[in-house]
Amino acid sequence: MQFLQLLISGIAQGCIYGLIALGFVLIYKATETVSFAQGELMMLGAFGGLVGMTLLGFPYWLATLCAIAGMALFGVVLERLVIRPILGQPAFSIVMLTIGIGYVARGLITMVPGIGTDTLALPVPYKDEIWKFGGNEFGVGALILNVEHMVVIGATGVLCVLLFALFRYSKLGIAMQAASQNQLAAYYMGIPVQRLNGIAWGLAAAVAAVAGLLLAPITFVHANMGFIGLKAFPAAVVGGFGSLPGAIVGGLVIGMVESFSGFYLPDGVKDTAAYGVVLVMLMVKPNGLFGEKLRKKV
Amino acid sequence: MRFIFKTDYGQDIKLAKHGGHVFWYAALLVLLVVAPWLFAEYWLAQLTFVLIYAIAGLGLMLLAGFTGLFSLGHAAFLGVGAYAHTVLTNAGLPFPLALACAAGLSAAVGLVVGLPALRVKGIYLGMATLSFGFIVEEILARWESVTGGNAGIHIKKPDMFGWVLETGDQFYWLCLVITVAATLGILNLLRSPTGRAFVAIRDSEISAQSMGIHLAYYKTLSFALSAALAGIAGALYAHKLQFISPDQFSLLQSVDLLLMIVIGGVGSVHGAFLGAIFLISMPQAISMVKDYLPDSVGQAPGLQSVVYGVVVIAFVLFEPMGLYGRWLKVRTYLQMFPFYRKGMFKRQKSFQKSDRLK
Repeated sequence: MQFLQLLISGIAQGCIYGLIALGFVLIYKATETVSFAQGELMMLGAFGGLVGMTLLGFPYWLATLCAIAGMALFGVVLERLVIRPILGQPAFSIVMLTIGIGYVARGLITMVPGIGTDTLALPVPYKDEIWKFGGNEFGVGALILNVEHMVVIGATGVLCVLLFALFRYSKLGIAMQAASQNQLAAYYMGIPVQRLNGIAWGLAAAVAAVAGLLLAPITFVHANMGFIGLKAFPAAVVGGFGSLPGAIVGGLVIGMVESFSGFYLPDGVKDTAAYGVVLVMLMVKPNGLFGEKLRKKV
Repeated sequence: MRFIFKTDYGQDIKLAKHGGHVFWYAALLVLLVVAPWLFAEYWLAQLTFVLIYAIAGLGLMLLAGFTGLFSLGHAAFLGVGAYAHTVLTNAGLPFPLALACAAGLSAAVGLVVGLPALRVKGIYLGMATLSFGFIVEEILARWESVTGGNAGIHIKKPDMFGWVLETGDQFYWLCLVITVAATLGILNLLRSPTGRAFVAIRDSEISAQSMGIHLAYYKTLSFALSAALAGIAGALYAHKLQFISPDQFSLLQSVDLLLMIVIGGVGSVHGAFLGAIFLISMPQAISMVKDYLPDSVGQAPGLQSVVYGVVVIAFVLFEPMGLYGRWLKVRTYLQMFPFYRKGMFKRQKSFQKSDRLK
């Protein structure tokens, strides 16, 4: 039972990592840059949901949709304003740029009076509910499922199906795949590559907002919640930086490793287990589980 | 305008290209040497921090700016150096020996971290160093018998074989000597075949390899040297603060170091110093203007990170060569007055170079 319990909480945590990692991979595939601001986008999404639910008094679904749509728009605008002018510059500059964006987002949130510096709970309808399975009449040995965790897992599943459908069947998704394989060729075929890059950023920001809204009931909303994005890097690396299913699988691996190492291994291992896994992965299989082999040309 | 008439191949690798260099750098050195008599104690302490960060910046510049390897865990080397030095100094080792051991240990750790650099590059290397940084921070916090855990650890005054450096002035001169030595060392390295090999690796690994440069050797060497400099900076940092704890060597510190070299100017030795000056003077400047801002902005805990973020975004977008690049433009403008053209330093538009095999 305990094993199952750990497994499920690990999977739920892993789904969050996977969703953030999905954002990294979307951006990486589209523009070959790595966004260090993904965790902060997630934080902004969670704050967006919070503002919608508490200050504006929207119902849960409306607030969620607004937050996701708002973040998608934010991602598109961000790409247009700061990323596009320096595309083609060394990857290092773009990494620094996204680190800068993350700093600004984190700092600006603390300047919002009232909500910025506090730790707040997101009032979701399924808060603090649990399901119980099995066990004896005293509840000993029962499998206790946190509904919050189940919602995370379910929502991630739905999102994965949607993204799969997008990339498999829609014209937009196929165009994005083409652009990520060879930008120049895609451009010659009449695909608006630059606009697609913007859409990829929007999509990544929307996915990050979903992650933030799912994570918020579990950990609370605060300005530094974006640091969890740093745990999503291991997820992306384990899955292979260029692979969408890899991001989710990597997230699940990292989530479960964390969950089990926190229980079975001594204190302190839990926080670093993810990074240990990455180092081993980079030594053994640098391209990740699903990554393609890369070789740079002169 | 100044024309340098070259009559000798040796002129190409001279450190001081002309009399102006000799004069101005000598003046700067004199100013730095007499600084304790000119500045108040507080500003001297800030200047000491500038020197310490400049040493760490030189190390990172060698790695990121000249070898093109990009480390997100440099604070870990700083931490290893600081803790090694603290433990050895408290055990009674004299300063030079402890410093050498700290630098050596950092370099050894750098060698180990450099190993993944042989297989992975670009962002994967960033991930590897990031992970390594987290692991070191956790070790420093957990290995309580040696490091004192999260409670931190105090360090004794530097002891030069019985001569104890008590005052801030003496420590400042010590930092100055080490900084000058490190700078000259780096400059000398960069004009030697080793430095040229580093730059060749940065510009194109495959081309460098085809020219007969042993990638594994030079990459590990770069990591080791960079880590050793960070370790020396860490040791001085520990002395300056007299107290160290693991959270001083967290990811934020690594990112600060990166910000420093990006703002200073990647790929220039001057950049490390300009960046260090920026990094130390910025919090002071912010606390000065803080009181004139509205409360919700001025008192917000995130004000500093907003300023840093905006500055780094502005530099990446508008001045990728950093403060040093800006200075080059100003200098060229003055030297060539009135013949400076607007497009002289125009960034070349380049098509996105793909890392992908297609």
